[in-house]
Amino acid sequence: MISLSTPVSEAVIRGLKVGDEVAITGRLFTGRDAVHKYLHEGGELPAGVSLQGGILYHCGPVVIKDDQGGWKCVAAGPTTSIREEPYQWQIIRDFGLRGVIGKGGMGDKTLEACKQHGCVYLHAVGGAAQVLAECIQRVPNVYLMEKFGAPEAIWEFEVTAFPAIVTIDAHGNSLHKEVLAASRAELARSLS
Amino acid sequence: MQLLQDSLLELIRRTSAEIPDDVHRAILEALQREKQGTIAESAMKIIERNIGLAKSKSQPICQDTGSVIFYVDCPAALDQVAFEEAAREAVKLATKRGFLRQNSVDALTGKNDGTNLGPGAPALHFHQHRAPQTTARLILKGGGCENVGAQYSLPDESLKANRDLDGCRKAILDAVLQAQGKGCGPGIVGVCIGGDRATGYEGSKQQFLRKLDDRNANPELDKLERDIVETANRLGIGPMGFGGRTTLLGAKIGALNRVPASYFVSVSYMCWAYRRQGVALGAEGEIEQWLY
Repeated sequence: MISLSTPVSEAVIRGLKVGDEVAITGRLFTGRDAVHKYLHEGGELPAGVSLQGGILYHCGPVVIKDDQGGWKCVAAGPTTSIREEPYQWQIIRDFGLRGVIGKGGMGDKTLEACKQHGCVYLHAVGGAAQVLAECIQRVPNVYLMEKFGAPEAIWEFEVTAFPAIVTIDAHGNSLHKEVLAASRAELARSLS
Repeated sequence: MQLLQDSLLELIRRTSAEIPDDVHRAILEALQREKQGTIAESAMKIIERNIGLAKSKSQPICQDTGSVIFYVDCPAALDQVAFEEAAREAVKLATKRGFLRQNSVDALTGKNDGTNLGPGAPALHFHQHRAPQTTARLILKGGGCENVGAQYSLPDESLKANRDLDGCRKAILDAVLQAQGKGCGPGIVGVCIGGDRATGYEGSKQQFLRKLDDRNANPELDKLERDIVETANRLGIGPMGFGGRTTLLGAKIGALNRVPASYFVSVSYMCWAYRRQGVALGAEGEIEQWLY
């Protein structure tokens, strides 16, 4: 297990390789479909959100107000990342992202952006909303809530030892490509 | 009505927070099967821990609490309008309490009013029968697995799939290959052979009402179900698409009559976070028995 703290340096990110298990501590911002389209179309990051050296989490959490009026995250697993494939490369390039957490993997454009700008794709376990919510110590803020609604808003999370696996590294390797190729070949064998 | 509403709220809570026993057993077996020290095993361990945590905290197993789909079997005398009203209230309350995420948005504007109510939400399927008993089953189906569903029209030349069971097999396995880890595997496929485009997909989803360890009454489909699981698990896609030994936890296949011109194979994919529960209801709407 490799510990990562945000903000993360390019050197640390370039030291990671596919298959590494990481535990992230620090600050995460969520962003999913609506946020990616918004940024792609030239929307500005709200004041208070900085992705420089940061890690973006593809997640639409369940968050409720606690008795003191603060936010409490009760479920927070990753959402499917491939829907952001048309936009992700640009957001990595323009906002200085060092990591993207999601599930299901991403495509060639993201892989290229990771290589070029020094970023990795981190796969969290899909559906593991409770294990991952337990790593969220605090929810200091939410942005664009009115505009996008709760699942699509930008949530700010303070996390401790959030577990994920590097499945696209900054050297052009993708576990998703490997598994797809191997499983396709195996299926062809099974059907012949 | 209050009693029925309370029962449906409890049905939603339990469906969202607790994996049914048949699915839990299959997940434990899959965890045992993965090679020690691999990321596939690591993913299965997190899944297993998540199942326990969700149950003990009475919180959603997965934050995507999905499309809310009720299947109600009832005598002709049941007031379906009143039942639907109770179900809608229960959904609203379950959302307020965090058993369901604010998960239903206007298709055109994207607006989320936070209630989980709207056209088609929740979905209710009523089926009348001659028995006096009313049962309500619930499936919460997340978007990740819904997005990897697929419908094939045979013959499909690119798959060399003809209009026979071997063609169906090729179509189903192609859907599993295309899904990779995107549907949160290890998953379960529900398949309908035949029907039209709408009833085919609907029939494929209804397969998820079956228990994982049941057997298909049709010997040919039973054989195909077993073959699909075995073959899929040789593909090495594994938990989350990380590579590994369990790609599917199950395959359930049904058939509906078709018109001679059409031959659809509709495949729905269910993630490991298989949220399905059901209750038998008493005359006042109280829960008499849990079905899974």
